[in-house]
Amino acid sequence: MPVRPRRAAAALAATASIALFASACTGSANNAASDDPKAETTITFWHGWSAPAEVKAIEDSVARFEQAHPNIKVKLVGDINDAKLGQALRAGGSNGPDVVSSFTTSNVGKFCSSGALADLKPFIEKSKLDLDKTFPKVLQQYTQFEGRRCALPLLSDAYGLYYNKDAFRKAGLDPEAPPKTWTQFAEVAKRLTKAKGDSYEQLGFMPNYLGYETVVEHYMSQWKHGGYFAADGTSTVAKDPAFAEMMTYQKSLVDSLGGFKKLDKYRTTFGDEWGAKHPFQTGQVAMQLDGEWRLNFIKDAKVGFEVGVAPLPVADDEVAEYGKGYLSGTIMGIAPQSKKQNAAWELVKYMTTDTDAVVQFANAIGNVPSTFEALKSPKLKFDDRFKVFLDIARHPASTTMDGAVNGTTYQETLSDLAHRYENGTVTDLKKGLADTAAQIDRDIAAAK
Amino acid sequence: MSTDTLPAKEAAAPAAASAEARNTLRSKRRRNALRTALFMSPWLIGFGVFFAYPLISTLYFSFMRYDGLNPPTWRGLENWTYVFSDMPKFWPAMQNTLWLAVVMVTCRVVFGLGIGMLITKIKTGAGFFRTLFYLPYLAPPVAATLAFVFLLNPGTGPVNSFLEAVGIPAPSWFNDADWAKPALTVLAVWGVGDLMVIFMAALLDVPKEQYEAAELDGASPWQRFRYITLPNISPIVLFAVVTGIIGAMQYYTQPIVAAKVASGVMGGSGAPFQPGYPDNSTLTLPQLVYSLGFNQFNYGAACVVALVLFALSMAFTALLMRRRGGLIGSGD
Repeated sequence: MPVRPRRAAAALAATASIALFASACTGSANNAASDDPKAETTITFWHGWSAPAEVKAIEDSVARFEQAHPNIKVKLVGDINDAKLGQALRAGGSNGPDVVSSFTTSNVGKFCSSGALADLKPFIEKSKLDLDKTFPKVLQQYTQFEGRRCALPLLSDAYGLYYNKDAFRKAGLDPEAPPKTWTQFAEVAKRLTKAKGDSYEQLGFMPNYLGYETVVEHYMSQWKHGGYFAADGTSTVAKDPAFAEMMTYQKSLVDSLGGFKKLDKYRTTFGDEWGAKHPFQTGQVAMQLDGEWRLNFIKDAKVGFEVGVAPLPVADDEVAEYGKGYLSGTIMGIAPQSKKQNAAWELVKYMTTDTDAVVQFANAIGNVPSTFEALKSPKLKFDDRFKVFLDIARHPASTTMDGAVNGTTYQETLSDLAHRYENGTVTDLKKGLADTAAQIDRDIAAAK
Repeated sequence: MSTDTLPAKEAAAPAAASAEARNTLRSKRRRNALRTALFMSPWLIGFGVFFAYPLISTLYFSFMRYDGLNPPTWRGLENWTYVFSDMPKFWPAMQNTLWLAVVMVTCRVVFGLGIGMLITKIKTGAGFFRTLFYLPYLAPPVAATLAFVFLLNPGTGPVNSFLEAVGIPAPSWFNDADWAKPALTVLAVWGVGDLMVIFMAALLDVPKEQYEAAELDGASPWQRFRYITLPNISPIVLFAVVTGIIGAMQYYTQPIVAAKVASGVMGGSGAPFQPGYPDNSTLTLPQLVYSLGFNQFNYGAACVVALVLFALSMAFTALLMRRRGGLIGSGD
């Protein structure tokens, strides 16, 4: 029989494109929790940890919860990213999660506004939990969106400066006096840089936005700014001069250390961020912007030099705020389709607010505790370097990202401009920021 | 009058017979149609569930605000306006998809045919070379892409070390916006074993006597290829091009893996990964569909891009069909 090629090809073509999009289905954002939290039950907890030590830490924490709540068993599912999480929260179903966690705090806006995570207000009220007395303000901020609280913080991350004290000594710098302003920092980075042919033997600092944690929002926390959105919800990146100041400084740092192309080629020789060959650990870079968790990686990698830790520098005219930093962390919430929301709340409440639970998990995983009580707990094990991050977490001027209805999209749009400015594709920063602000506003309007 | 009625009765009899025959025919046709429909029902159900329903849904959602969780609300043409005028990533993604559909598919067809022709000409060791060229096709796309990104790493990759050693300027491949798509094309050409096998089968089917007659007439190798090989294998070339273009419209895994590995943004606490690194040069329309729908929860805009993909696939296919009459040669 002759093949009807047009139809066959059309069917193929159509199926090809439609198959990309045929999996949509609706879930319902039902918040009514009627299950008995004292009944024998099993709940499922989806989390993102995958490294063996981290998985063990979460398993131990859950085991302690099960001991305290013998009627509730917890089934753990690890290595879950936000894409998988989003699909599961939309689909619901009996095999879906009851409790979820995510590392991407900037997705909270999307999760809260869409109802992908259940509103925790009724549970918090029922448990008479005073959030202001429990969590630092910044952590409260990144776990809610426009007044709707759909998550609680589960440990937090604080970002600071790691530096190679041996390299400081060799460069004639005082290892006990890390740079406090960005001007001092640029000078130190240059002195720590050693050329080798058309590359580097050692780079003082990798300023490129793809240098792992040297991303726009981490830099921005060191410039005083009023947030990414104004009260009317529009982007502030063009209006607030701090954004232009940060990008101008970063570009000058890129240029002074050899230019974008040379630095970017050197960047491609770096090992994985989460492996033993991280460029700071191998000595390829002498300073690194990173989170508190790097301390554990450094210990595991048994680096052959002395490591110093300090808060990141601040703008020259903001020295009074030295000590601040960027804060984020893991968030924990309840799936709105869960039929065991009261039991799920017991786990969320235990893991996020029980002082011993928070301290033990923080000790095991090397993160900053997320409650006031845990931050001052005598059971908290840390060395002097970790204390730097605890202080950053407590600093009143420390900041985080704002949430948005379309998740990380505004961050991506701003990063796009930053990349194009650092590599020289965009030269008119003022216009670039104005276009970026307009684009962020259009994207948010389209997502509402 | 009887004289009047008799002929009328006589006339009515064939009319009734004819009506009865028509009814019988109609009912036979109806039965045939029903039987055909019954035989076709598995396909019809599949077509309805997996093609018609998603297509209509996609069209419907393209006019709605829908996040996959809350009931959809009417948006009119807003999603369409947003995608075409207000979303700066759409046109680069469209341009990249078209570039890949034209350049990558052409390269794959040319190399697949070329290698197929070479191997059919080899007298000894054809089996070895056939296996050698086919093997890369069996490599999982993610593993193959990872291997290519490491081989072509500008700082540590052996390819650039070699190029620099012999004094040839080494590009940054997956880290350079101008070279990222050519690097993806090299990866696609490396895995051309599937086309090579199809072309080899077609080439071996070309009647030998046609080549013998052409040689006797003094035809050059190019003339033999142009006037004998190509017309004989043209349905297969068309098949390769159409399926290649449809594949290019679905191109997702390789560019996203390459961008992720080359950018070094593997997830974790830093900036969220943005498809398209470097500078949106590897962003394709399917990545945009995923990003809009599943990352931004903007199903409406994602449906618009999915429909654009559908229209593009249809347009390419229709254009090729019009130029070449059908997948099967005219004699079939």
